[in-house]
Amino acid sequence: MGSYIARRLLSGVITIWFIATATFFGMHAVPGDPLLNDKAVTPEIRANLERAYGLDKPVPQQYLIFLGNMLQGDFGISFTQQNRRVNDIIAEHFPVSATLGVLALLFAAGGGIVFGALTALFRGRLPDYLIMLLVIVAVSVPSFVFAGLGQLAILQLNRLVGFSLLPVAGWGSLSHMLVPSLVLGLGTMAYLTRLMRSSMLEVAETDYIRTARAKGLTPQRIFFRHQLRNAILPVVTVLGPAIAAITTGGFVVELVFAIPGLGRYFVQAVQQLDYTVIMGTTVFYGAFLVLMVIAVDIAYGFIDPRIQVNKSLS
Amino acid sequence: MTRGCSDHCTWQRGRTPRPTMRSTLLIVAAVLGWALALAGNAATPAVDRGNNEISIAITQEPQWLTTIRATDTVSFTVLDHITEGLLTRDVNNRLVGGVAERWELSDEKATFWLRRDARWSDGEPVTAHDFVFAWRQVANPENAAEYGFLMRMLPNGEAILAGDMPPEALGVEAIDDHTLVVHLVSPTAYFLDLVSFITFRPVREDFYRAQGGRYAADAENMISNGPFILTEWVHDASMRMEKNPYYWNRDAIPLDAINVPYITRDPNARFNLYLDDKIALADQLQLSAMKMALQQHQKLRSFSDGTVFYLGFNHREGRPTGNRNLRRAIQSVYDVSELTYKVIGVPGNLPAYTLFPAWLTGDEGQSLNVQYPPHKPELSIERGRRYLELAKQELGVEEVPPLSLLLDDTANASSQAEYFQNVMARTLGLEVRLDKQIFKQRLAKMSAGDFDIVAAGWGPDYNDPMTFADLFVSWNLNNRGRYSNPEYDALIREAQQTTDQRRRNAIFSRIQDIIYEQVVVVPQYERGYIYALDKRVAGVRRYHIGGDPNYNYAYIVESPRAPESAD
Amino acid sequence: MSSYTPTAADFQPLDAAREGDRIDRPSLSYWQDVWRRLQSNRRALASLYIVVGLLLFTLAGPLVWRVDPALQDLEQVSQPPSLGRTALVVADSAPTTSLTHTAISSAAASRDSAPNKLRLLGTPHSEGVSLAWDPLPGVEAYQLYRHEYPPRDADDLGLPLVKLMPHEVSYRDLLRLETRQYYYSVVGVYDGEEARAYTTLPVQVAQAILFSEAQYRGLLGSDATPESVVGSSIRLESHPLGTDYLGRDMLARLMWGARTSLFIGICAPLIFVSMGLAYGGLAGYSGGRLDDVMMRFADFVIALPFLLFMILFKIAFGLGPGESGIGPMLLALVLLSWPATARLVRGQVLQIREEAYIAAARMMGASAPYLVLRHILPNVMGVLLVSLTFAIPTAIFTEAFLSFIGMGVVPPTPSWGSMCNDGIRTMLSHPHELLFPALFISSTVLAFNLLGDGLRDAMDARMRSGT
Repeated sequence: MGSYIARRLLSGVITIWFIATATFFGMHAVPGDPLLNDKAVTPEIRANLERAYGLDKPVPQQYLIFLGNMLQGDFGISFTQQNRRVNDIIAEHFPVSATLGVLALLFAAGGGIVFGALTALFRGRLPDYLIMLLVIVAVSVPSFVFAGLGQLAILQLNRLVGFSLLPVAGWGSLSHMLVPSLVLGLGTMAYLTRLMRSSMLEVAETDYIRTARAKGLTPQRIFFRHQLRNAILPVVTVLGPAIAAITTGGFVVELVFAIPGLGRYFVQAVQQLDYTVIMGTTVFYGAFLVLMVIAVDIAYGFIDPRIQVNKSLS
Repeated sequence: MTRGCSDHCTWQRGRTPRPTMRSTLLIVAAVLGWALALAGNAATPAVDRGNNEISIAITQEPQWLTTIRATDTVSFTVLDHITEGLLTRDVNNRLVGGVAERWELSDEKATFWLRRDARWSDGEPVTAHDFVFAWRQVANPENAAEYGFLMRMLPNGEAILAGDMPPEALGVEAIDDHTLVVHLVSPTAYFLDLVSFITFRPVREDFYRAQGGRYAADAENMISNGPFILTEWVHDASMRMEKNPYYWNRDAIPLDAINVPYITRDPNARFNLYLDDKIALADQLQLSAMKMALQQHQKLRSFSDGTVFYLGFNHREGRPTGNRNLRRAIQSVYDVSELTYKVIGVPGNLPAYTLFPAWLTGDEGQSLNVQYPPHKPELSIERGRRYLELAKQELGVEEVPPLSLLLDDTANASSQAEYFQNVMARTLGLEVRLDKQIFKQRLAKMSAGDFDIVAAGWGPDYNDPMTFADLFVSWNLNNRGRYSNPEYDALIREAQQTTDQRRRNAIFSRIQDIIYEQVVVVPQYERGYIYALDKRVAGVRRYHIGGDPNYNYAYIVESPRAPESAD
Repeated sequence: MSSYTPTAADFQPLDAAREGDRIDRPSLSYWQDVWRRLQSNRRALASLYIVVGLLLFTLAGPLVWRVDPALQDLEQVSQPPSLGRTALVVADSAPTTSLTHTAISSAAASRDSAPNKLRLLGTPHSEGVSLAWDPLPGVEAYQLYRHEYPPRDADDLGLPLVKLMPHEVSYRDLLRLETRQYYYSVVGVYDGEEARAYTTLPVQVAQAILFSEAQYRGLLGSDATPESVVGSSIRLESHPLGTDYLGRDMLARLMWGARTSLFIGICAPLIFVSMGLAYGGLAGYSGGRLDDVMMRFADFVIALPFLLFMILFKIAFGLGPGESGIGPMLLALVLLSWPATARLVRGQVLQIREEAYIAAARMMGASAPYLVLRHILPNVMGVLLVSLTFAIPTAIFTEAFLSFIGMGVVPPTPSWGSMCNDGIRTMLSHPHELLFPALFISSTVLAFNLLGDGLRDAMDARMRSGT
């Protein structure tokens, strides 16, 4: 196990290097100029700006400096916000995105499992059709439409009750997070519901359920102790990719609900061609995803001893 | 079989699944705890009468909260609350003494006598040295301040910016702690107006140096000499400004605090926050928000933000737009009234026929536009086609090649460009290709001259027609189309040398004519906004120049007029 | 008794075909079976019809609905669906009866009085509403308002249209006039303060069209002159799905937008799935070191944060003037998406390679191309087809998402995503501008998802033996 983890980590490091290199050269291939602004500056000031950001050096040297700083965990200073280090920006904004993402994932996983189980329980009856209809809507409507509608729904709700039951936008309290994380988790919830449903139906056909029934166990016991538990496993295995999708997919929700997350910040940085912020954010997200995937793979080993991580993953 | 089952059953109630359930619960609990821990920041209402404070939203994170380097409107807005210049503006937008008590302006120099009770937020007095230090920092090429060009008005400013002289050589001196003398390269009619601008505000040297390069990076790295102090700054999320107890004119400042709990670019989100009683002012209402506001019987106001938008042409050699007749053809068929009223459709925007916006004043307080009315091009497709034919002959082409129109990646810029494209195709049969770029890429293309037409705007830096007029002199780096006309240059030189306002206004009128006759640009519209202001708040000032809006003199109305049914 | 004489024929082997072994039904190939099973799945079949319908809408639609998607009808901006409304033809040059008032009486300003006789000049229609009022003594300016509902008090007069000098006592309103009832109000301004007294005039605005515009759009006969038709009513073009923010026909734009969205949505997956097939197939088939190296590289690409890199690619390509940006978006999608398919295919190939029938074929002397074409490819095909149908909705969503954050196709090229983005700004006032493109995105995504489900079920070998 130890050597397996070491191997995975090593390949993770190489992957992060690959991401950093791809981003660096991609960034330098981008036409445009981060140092330009509405007011033109004189060549002298321009030269000073270039020196301040190290853009006066040849690109290979810049690359080496960038790699060296990255090894020390330093992504430099933002181009658009003087005195703000990219590390600080990530440290301030990522927890917001992460909180939103984790809450969304909880909604998605919880909702997916409950609704999936319900559809299987009521297979072919009204609740099944109703939930599957909602799933279809959730899968096929773009998230920005949901985000816009979500905000309007809050506004109407607040007007209806006469006071601010839920905040329309912004960040800070649990109530701020409720609707945005629901919107963010909706697509994944729908996906997990479908997965859970088919998994439940598959488990229902297995021998051990039949055996349990034959032993005379109560339906409740069969449902909760045998069918549900075994059906959850495949759902757990897709949580890894789901985390990735949710944490990097928060742009729209963050934009619409004025949430100071890293996703929104990234979009703004791109508009401003803020080299250092773009590179820092991309490398950070890349590293985060790589680590999450490794962590999830290792976690499977603990969750389900039938899975032998060493073998199943080449 | 039996064995298999027992194995299976062992697994079923064995050790592994239980910890899974438990750890899941643990994770859920941990996340909820985390989320609750963040829940400290309770939402503040738009107007908090009890604490005498209001809440507002700003459109983006301020880029630089230092007067030395700030360039964006949001930074200006915040800085206008936490700093004060030698001169400032009063409740009625008139220029009055700020840190300076009295002043004298001659052709060669300006002298300011500073008031003794002007203090920094730590109780230290504001001295003439603070201004000298700040202005030297602006001119210092190491700071690469974009507004550094303003220091060229002072002796040696140009050489310091070029790195040929040390910043200490700048032509500004502190005679003593309370007397500041500014030398001027040439007579500057609008210098008093200029010193109220953000870039000319004071910075205290000892405090600046003590921050070790982190000056104005966070709230604790800042010191204030204005009506308010920045007490909280959560980047990209929220701010809070509290009344400065050391501000000399504190009795004139009604509010105790200004909260900025929201930073969002989305005007619809801001309007929703306004309707939800979370912010006191909703700016830049979009068409759909305006409809909703009418439906809910909200009071709406309009405001012109001072910026003029125009279609700039590339006058460089070899560009078809270098041909005057082609430009005149475009001018003859492009209906900016239709653009403003039907395509933009937001009241407050005015069709523009000149580079000088309506709020600039001419002689005797009259509007410059009233004194010297701009030419409205008489629209005629036939005339446009005639000019086009001439242009084709002069260019020696059968067909004018497709023209590229460079624009920003905003939705409004797109719809205006699509309209222009359609008008050109329909009236002149000209093909216009849209070149939509993100902000920095648009600037790069503008600087490189990689365009035929560009949709651009220009906002004023000071309250004088010169801030617009010198845009197309041959030496201005912002003249990205490289327009060059000796007569134009000579006129601007003359206006820069004289303080005779009548003569200057006459010059600006001639500049206006040249821009029209030569079609240097085609002015499109003066930007305006519709905004909604909470009925309980008054005294909010809107500015064409610098930071806008301004809440320094805003106050909470005792009892709002005509109490309405719940809405 | 006659003796039996064996003949040579008796010693011939019997015909190999035995009655019991004969197959009565025509033989079903794998794909025929899949098709049969798909047809029995009603949901999948319905979604297949939707997909075919969408393709028809995109390809044949513009042949039937011959409206220019770029035609801007500024008379009918953001109109809800209609089958053609009638409009009054008006002369091009509006009668410029602007009233000015020179003799401003110096009488004491009475701030309680509102301007008198607010009245219309001429017919109010969508090309302009002219108003005039009697001058008020002592005013500094007039402020004119326009409301869509009856004003309740002085704080509820609607949109502030314009502030006028004291000598200007008339105004022609041109601001986005809709065919509806408006309430115009005018108040006097004294010392920068608006008076509380106001006069309101309700105005019903009629739909109108300029003579030259009507002529340009071919709504008039060729012999029509301004004298003969001004004042008469004509019928405007119908817009069955309404118009957008520049008065362009939504139906025509949706058809053109479908070309963009479906092109990206279908072509990108087709290309990257084929790329993945080639790449994964090669890696899986050759195995060993090559496989290792190739798959490690695929892992790198998979690890790139997808949306972040889509945005980076979008700006890195640096579009020139007039380019729609469809190509670069397609390329970016392909560059980032192929490794998933490559992995899938490689896994399948590795598995199939070890199957007994491959070993048998190899022993019978099958060549490598034969093995690949005859055995491996057909067996991978099923999985591939399913992943293709699921990749299409993802690609369509990606396009819509990029357009939503302003990184999508460049106008005037429409796409469903960019139309949604435009529509979301006017979601409250003109919901149809968001509803229709969103509906098209949703139904396309839904159709491909259901089709994918159906295909997967139909191809699933385990289920084939059953029902």
